[in-house]
Amino acid sequence: MDQLLVVLVDGINYAAWLFLSAVGLTLIYGVMKIVNVAHGSFYSLGAYVSATVVGLWFRYGFDPYLSYLALFIAALLAGFVVGPPIERFLLRYQYDKDEVVILLITYGLFLILEDVIKLIWGVDPYFVSEPYELLGNFEFASMTYPSYYILMVVLALLVGLTLMFVLKKTQFGRMLISVIHDREISSAMGINVGKIFILTFGAGCSLAALAGAFTAPTISVTPGLGVEVIVLSFAVVVTGGLGSMAGVALASIIMGLVRAFCIHFAPELELFVIFSVMALVLSFRPRGLFSLAESRKI
Amino acid sequence: MTQQISLKKLTLLALPLLVASPWMPQWMLFMVTIAMANGLVGLGLMLFLRAGLVSFGQALYFCVGAYTTGLISHFFKFNEVLILLLLSALASGVLAFALGFLLAKYRAIFFGLLSLAFSMILYGLLAKSEALGSTDGFNIPAVTLLGWLPPSDLVRVSILWVAFITVGICLIFINGLIRSPRGLLLTAIRDNEIRTEYMGGSARKTIHLIYVIAGVLAGLGGAIAAIAVGHIDPTMAFWTTSGEFIFITILGGIGSVLAPFLGALVFGVIHTLAFSNSPNTWQLLIGSTLIFVILLLPDGLWSLTSKFKRVK
Repeated sequence: MDQLLVVLVDGINYAAWLFLSAVGLTLIYGVMKIVNVAHGSFYSLGAYVSATVVGLWFRYGFDPYLSYLALFIAALLAGFVVGPPIERFLLRYQYDKDEVVILLITYGLFLILEDVIKLIWGVDPYFVSEPYELLGNFEFASMTYPSYYILMVVLALLVGLTLMFVLKKTQFGRMLISVIHDREISSAMGINVGKIFILTFGAGCSLAALAGAFTAPTISVTPGLGVEVIVLSFAVVVTGGLGSMAGVALASIIMGLVRAFCIHFAPELELFVIFSVMALVLSFRPRGLFSLAESRKI
Repeated sequence: MTQQISLKKLTLLALPLLVASPWMPQWMLFMVTIAMANGLVGLGLMLFLRAGLVSFGQALYFCVGAYTTGLISHFFKFNEVLILLLLSALASGVLAFALGFLLAKYRAIFFGLLSLAFSMILYGLLAKSEALGSTDGFNIPAVTLLGWLPPSDLVRVSILWVAFITVGICLIFINGLIRSPRGLLLTAIRDNEIRTEYMGGSARKTIHLIYVIAGVLAGLGGAIAAIAVGHIDPTMAFWTTSGEFIFITILGGIGSVLAPFLGALVFGVIHTLAFSNSPNTWQLLIGSTLIFVILLLPDGLWSLTSKFKRVK
């Protein structure tokens, strides 16, 4: 019983991380039909920015509890500073190309950004566990668990609910949904599609950076961080149905729980299980769990 | 857009390399051998690209080929190179045939990502299997060529010859295939799948066929790479390996069966020079090259050759 509880808590924790890492990818795909491989680089970018910010924050002795806010703002800034120029000056001119070709361009961007990060931050690992240690542990039933992970779960919920709210209740969200359904008609109706795209791309990149920033205190920040994250995010997003917010949430929960279960009962299957879930889901639902209907070209 | 290559042309291209090979420095022999192995995988990806598909999982078959060779020579102490290549091709082909039933139904992004999932499954399995050395992999003993164990100074040359012969056979076969009715269907599928089906061509069967062929080619490439390097590890199935193959294919272009090999050679040169001079920026170079080729030279380096011809 106790072990099942641990599995459940681990699973939820991992699901929160998966959701945070993947949600930006699905947002960008949903609106812009871009499978953004560079997403992984924004995750590493967030992690490195967070390493620098936290390092400085604690060296100058600012209020340790405000470091979370600093992390949050730094990640959003990082995404919004680097992301939009890429959309504005490179991707904007490629929208008439095939989805797969745009994917390859973002793959090129991914390779470039990986090395740019190495050039800026070097190849030595960074350790910034202060925000993680600050919160200590909590006792739950008969187990002890780091409180920091609650923060991750809360953050994931916050991000998810905010996105839902923006999409469903605000004017910007409604414009976004109309752009998703028909780019051309929306622009004929007076929506500035270019602006929507640049904002969406910035938001998607910021979300990746946010995930990286809040993961950084729990890991050692090393080069090649994004390489693992991007494929995991792909797995989650495709399983959920590309472009579907609810799909990402459900897929993260399924994969989080399955992985936690595997780690506890069959650790040798850990790496293998997530992609097996993805392959299994795609075999029965070729476009993922929540997929939008698509018209065929005749 | 497809250039014909004849047997004569092929021999003309390969002969100088073959003759020069005993005098090449060891690193160059190694680089060319690896380029031949990568080019074989690229040749398969070229078939996909002709049908408008991109596979992010060709590393799966590359790795299956390498591990088939590795396992047989390591555990059964059987190391006749030609048989090893055949068995690797067979193993990859059988797996591709089985998975092909599923993948042949997928298009665009989903084809790419599902094949990615399968290669990552293999990576996950190999990285956790301690009997096979986990993430460290294991070494492959020296191989014999028709019972002859080459002395150490001739090892690289003999592997290069084997690679050349394998590549030659594959080139002739694929060159015939892309000009056959089945091969011409690929471009038709890319342009408009539904109309292709109206004409009576089966998109699913065609894609299944090239999926198996690409799998066999990648398996051969993996086996050659494994023998040339003398070591195999699970990163051969990791998605970044697939990414390199895609780079090679895009760089070369899809205009000719020789294009992927041109791409692989250029990649080999960039890799050897850039990686040894500045290991932290070589991805930057690869990434920018990829974007430049896609934006400025969408038909790849090979398209330059036809441009020169027109000028004449």
